[in-house]
Amino acid sequence: MMNVTINGEPREVPAGTTVEQLVRQVTSQDKGIAAALNGEVLPHRAWSTHALADRDQVEVVTAVQGG
Amino acid sequence: MGTWELGGRQITSRLITGTGGATSLDVMSKVLKSSGSQVTTVAMRRVGGYALGGGSLLDIIRAAGAEILPNTAGCHTAAEALLTARLAREALETDWVKLEVVADDITLLPDPVELLDTARKLVADGFTVLPYTNDDPVLALHLERAGCAAVMPLGAPIGSGLGIRNPHNIAMICEQASVPVILDAGIGTASDAALAMELGCDGVLVASAITRAADPEAMATAMRLGVEAGRAAREAGRIERRWHAAIPSSPVAGRITP
Repeated sequence: MMNVTINGEPREVPAGTTVEQLVRQVTSQDKGIAAALNGEVLPHRAWSTHALADRDQVEVVTAVQGG
Repeated sequence: MGTWELGGRQITSRLITGTGGATSLDVMSKVLKSSGSQVTTVAMRRVGGYALGGGSLLDIIRAAGAEILPNTAGCHTAAEALLTARLAREALETDWVKLEVVADDITLLPDPVELLDTARKLVADGFTVLPYTNDDPVLALHLERAGCAAVMPLGAPIGSGLGIRNPHNIAMICEQASVPVILDAGIGTASDAALAMELGCDGVLVASAITRAADPEAMATAMRLGVEAGRAAREAGRIERRWHAAIPSSPVAGRITP
């Protein structure tokens, strides 16, 4: 198992878990979202192939009212 | 009314709206319609926990035919703003960004040093940068030289509704700018929006003054009319201010003498 965080919350996930699988733990929204892995944007197309490493930090954001 | 160019796009409305503060998506939809706004801002936040966000917010904006302008609200440093802007570009497929880098969470005043630094980096990264800035003519010039597509000076602190506290500075910024000037923040009511346009601004950005008004839909109409009236007055050319009634508006000759 690995310890990662998504949107600041710690999660324990099996080795080999992809960014896509982690993102789907917090949202089913498909369009209008983006993710950063350890402070860098990870393009949507790479989510399903990019396996997480221990202590990876993932942020998933969308547009909300503002400004 | 004519069109103007913002970030390479031709638009007609000079009122840019912010989606922050609307109590429901239905209100937001009505505000977009009655404001006539063709550009509207959104913020970027972690998914979940925000009822008024996500796909439905974007659907409403697109249904209104408005351009989505993501902001970097809440960012205090260049690093935070850069990541937020890049996430927005990825999520929303736009290279437009309303750049906000604020000094603290009390005044929400722009941090000029971080702002200019971030603007340069975002321009180099291919963004169309629309920076929220202080009403400082020198900083506005620096931002323009950095390659920003517009400058957006504040009239007063965000959400304060205090109007334009330093009209002279706003006029100076307009006088020297060769990119569009959009008055951003501080607008309280329609006359403030009209004043911004009379001072020479190319557009006005209004969020709280519409969305937090007692009747947001009606205030959106008032702001649209205020912007149009101010623009029309600017183009019409106002009379000079005089201390006394130097030139009577009725003829002096031919007056009766009982």
